[in-house]
Amino acid sequence: MLKGLVEQGFEARGGLKRRPSGHIQMTSNSPSMRAVEVSGLTSNRLTHLQALEAESIEILREVAASFERSVMMYSIGKDSSVLLHLARKAFYPSKIPFPLLHIDTTWKFAEMIAFRDRMAEEYGFDLITHTNPDGLRDNINPFDHGSSRYTDIMKTAALRQALTAGAYDAAIGGARRDEEKSRAKERIFSHRNASHAWDPKNQRPELWRVFNTRLNPGESMRVFPLSNWTELDIWTYIYSEGIPIVPLYFAKKRPIVERFGTLIMVDDDRMPLNRDEVPHEELVRFRTLGCYPLTGAMRSSAASLPEIIMEMQASRTSEREGRLIDSDSVGSMEKKKQEGYF
Amino acid sequence: MSLSMATPDTDIDLWLNQQTDKSLLRFLTCGSVDDGKSTLIGRLLYDSQLILDDQLASLKKESRNRTTGDEGIDFSLLVDGLSAEREQGITIDVAYRFFSTDKRKFIVADTPGHEQYTRNMATGASNADLALVLIDARKGVLTQTRRHSFILSLIGVKHVVLVVNKIDLVDYDQAVFDRIVAEYRAFAEPLGFKTLAAVPVSALRGDNMLAQSPRTPWYEGPALVPYLEGIEVSDDRSAQRFRFPVQWVNRPNLDFRGFSGTVAGGSVSVGDDVLVASSRKPAVVKRIVTMTGDLDRAVAGQAVTLVLDREVDISRGDVLSAPGETPEYSNQFQARVVWMSDEPAFPGRSYLLKVGSQVIPATITDLKFKTNVNTLEQTAATKIDLNEVATVTIATDKPIVFDPYTANAATGGFILVDRLTNATLGAGTIEFGLRRAQNLTYQSFDVNRDVRAAQKGQEPRIVWFTGLSGSGKSSIANLIEKRLTAEGKHAYILDGDNVRHGLNKDLGFTEAARIENIRRVAEVAKLMADAGLIVLVSFISPFENERRLAREIAGDVDFVEVYVDTPIEVCEARDPKGLYKRARAGEIKNFTGIDSPFEVPKNAEIVLSGADNEPVELAEQLYDWLTH
Ligand SMILES: Nc1nc2c(ncn2[C@@H]2O[C@H](COP(=O)(O)OP(=O)(O)OP(=O)(O)O)[C@@H](O)[C@H]2O)c(=O)[nH]1
Ligand SMILES: [Mg+2]
Repeated sequence: MLKGLVEQGFEARGGLKRRPSGHIQMTSNSPSMRAVEVSGLTSNRLTHLQALEAESIEILREVAASFERSVMMYSIGKDSSVLLHLARKAFYPSKIPFPLLHIDTTWKFAEMIAFRDRMAEEYGFDLITHTNPDGLRDNINPFDHGSSRYTDIMKTAALRQALTAGAYDAAIGGARRDEEKSRAKERIFSHRNASHAWDPKNQRPELWRVFNTRLNPGESMRVFPLSNWTELDIWTYIYSEGIPIVPLYFAKKRPIVERFGTLIMVDDDRMPLNRDEVPHEELVRFRTLGCYPLTGAMRSSAASLPEIIMEMQASRTSEREGRLIDSDSVGSMEKKKQEGYF
Repeated sequence: MSLSMATPDTDIDLWLNQQTDKSLLRFLTCGSVDDGKSTLIGRLLYDSQLILDDQLASLKKESRNRTTGDEGIDFSLLVDGLSAEREQGITIDVAYRFFSTDKRKFIVADTPGHEQYTRNMATGASNADLALVLIDARKGVLTQTRRHSFILSLIGVKHVVLVVNKIDLVDYDQAVFDRIVAEYRAFAEPLGFKTLAAVPVSALRGDNMLAQSPRTPWYEGPALVPYLEGIEVSDDRSAQRFRFPVQWVNRPNLDFRGFSGTVAGGSVSVGDDVLVASSRKPAVVKRIVTMTGDLDRAVAGQAVTLVLDREVDISRGDVLSAPGETPEYSNQFQARVVWMSDEPAFPGRSYLLKVGSQVIPATITDLKFKTNVNTLEQTAATKIDLNEVATVTIATDKPIVFDPYTANAATGGFILVDRLTNATLGAGTIEFGLRRAQNLTYQSFDVNRDVRAAQKGQEPRIVWFTGLSGSGKSSIANLIEKRLTAEGKHAYILDGDNVRHGLNKDLGFTEAARIENIRRVAEVAKLMADAGLIVLVSFISPFENERRLAREIAGDVDFVEVYVDTPIEVCEARDPKGLYKRARAGEIKNFTGIDSPFEVPKNAEIVLSGADNEPVELAEQLYDWLTH
């Protein structure tokens, strides 16, 4: 009975839908062939992406106007790229009025670092990078110390150090509510106590777009301008605005080893290989980017944005599946956030 | 046509066009606890195939030992994302989820039913166009159903769908459905919703969610999702009057001065006359700047930067409007407030009010009435408790720019913030402005210590320093006073020497005179604390019963006894006023520490060790203690 109902529902209505086979069906009766433009306005109603863009810009400006020392997290991934683009738009013709902060774990893909430095030069923003000196001294790495300890030290603790050192009262991040269940619960202006911790059971009410930006000494705010964007919104926006992203998102032959079903790219010779392990070339791309030993690649031939978007539509797995740290346990993200993770 | 392989750009453009042409519906679920809100949203996500394989696998595992549908899934787990929620089986805070069908995009806020978390329901409602009010068919309309509905009307959610859920548990009985719908309609009548539909649903089993269920043949309306796909909710904000709250002044160099903000109502074109709402200064819009090029026109919702044709004094918080259509500019208005804090709202208390980008101290001057959420009756009240809704008048320290909420939500909705803790205490919607002629009615509250303290944004208290002459009492008190003043607090020092020269000029050093000295100082300190001040009393006060007397006089004022414990040798070595020398020489009689005892305090709240610390460090210690 229930199955019947479902079939009369979405399945029966045609149009865009997903099938387990991974095929996308489209209704093709629209005569319009023009590319989507986010900035241009044809009617009094903003399109979905225009509304999202405007909301994010408003949030970014509110940060600049309300806090003494704000900073924008720059993780070099696609969401960061969108955030950077939005920040340039928000303050144009002024420069972005806050620095960008990159937590460098020393294990990022080399292409990410090159891209980061190219962006900083091209757009002339203030770039601060920080690496946990204790971790560096003890040579903390994902191979010898495990992903969770490594993440604690090189990412979470490093972030806390950098935020404390900079005495930032607001840190802007690119997290989206559609990424994960506990993120879906978080405010746009998310309050942190003096030890950078999130109290999920006691969040400030957040009505309309009247954001309470007030803090007591030592407290800080995490701000998420992309809260209401979905992964699909991000990609379509990148496509329609022509935003530069790290080439690792596009399919290419890359040196790969397969471990426990995860495709790891051998990005440099620091990666310890087992005796029988030989990296082989495979056509892959990345759906999210992080530290190369902890980021799974996917087999794909999608070498352009349209192909990526179409492939994503057909995918039956979530974007976080490729991140080894997030699949540890249910509620692990919430726990990490309580400890100060972004 | 299959697009999973390499695709020409035109295909994606076509597809993207279809995506962007879809309208967006923002809605929320609300209603009483356990009515099935989260289950319903989880079911929607599941049925729209948004739950991906890796998520589904972990979900099935977690659903063991829980109420599940035929799929073996507890759908509420899809939305209740906090560990506390999953443990307790209730929703605590809003979850924002996203899904789309081929007709529409949806952003849904799944809000908690629990009364304690009503503020989070209001949070979810504030950005929604439509509400699903859920009801457990077995339970019918409950207090929390009514409370949520009332808050919906206050926040101006105009479209409601009454979802009579768990219809499976009442055998799909039409009579139950009809009775609940009739009762709810009668209640909601005065709330002024534009549309009100009702649908019988089983969220757990999927009835009437995507398609009409054969198990409710008596129900002829559309299923829930088709209804949500079809309903027209847009009100054209670009048809409102032009409002542009200035958010940030954009000044990259001396040649460019722009005003960045989001058009909050109406539209603006190059060449338009505009007026600064507060100063009434006119100007003409010269450019509408964006990074991708100047625009001729901007409409409600767009974030732009305006450049005007002349130098006008404009800063963050100002509002631009069209001449002849200016918003209100006043320091008083009537509003409806929903209270979100355990600490009740009292008339006379001072809060920070934020509307648009204006932040200003404000006071509830009159509590007109509270509205009983069950009966919608208006009742007199002296305070607003958690989750209550009241109609009040509010006075701001200086005039502000606003509109009635019904005319423009962006310029008529506000929050109230605690001046000490910075917590968001309440939210409100402005009904109308009050003119100066309708003078403030201050009779409705008594000016008392709380009111004065709140006005100063601080907790009044008496900090009583005791210790030998030269122990460092005054130095520490001075440092504390400076620090407090720098932070905008109001403090005052009563010092032994000063008081002896004036108020207590007539008193000598006999036992009786000493007690009278202490009594007077304690009384003055009490009066000052009553005036809302933080009073720092720096007196040797060597006897335990003198200090006890001071504490008793302070009564319910917070009294902190600070013992500055500096050994006599150190004090005597310092001897800043040469008093020890004179006492040793017999020129001063009854000098504490020489020929009169100092009773070591037994009840001091804090002891500062003056032997091995500088006053600066001691002041630091004390400040930390006081601000904890
Ligand atoms: N039989 C039946 N049970 C249901 C239905 N909908 C929800 N339930 C059950 O009702 C209980 C409460 O469901 P939730 O979805 O958590 O309720 P809620 O309204 O979100 O609760 P709060 O958010 O805490 O207010 C769960 O055990 C569900 O499985 C339904 O249509 N039929
Ligand atoms: Mg719930």
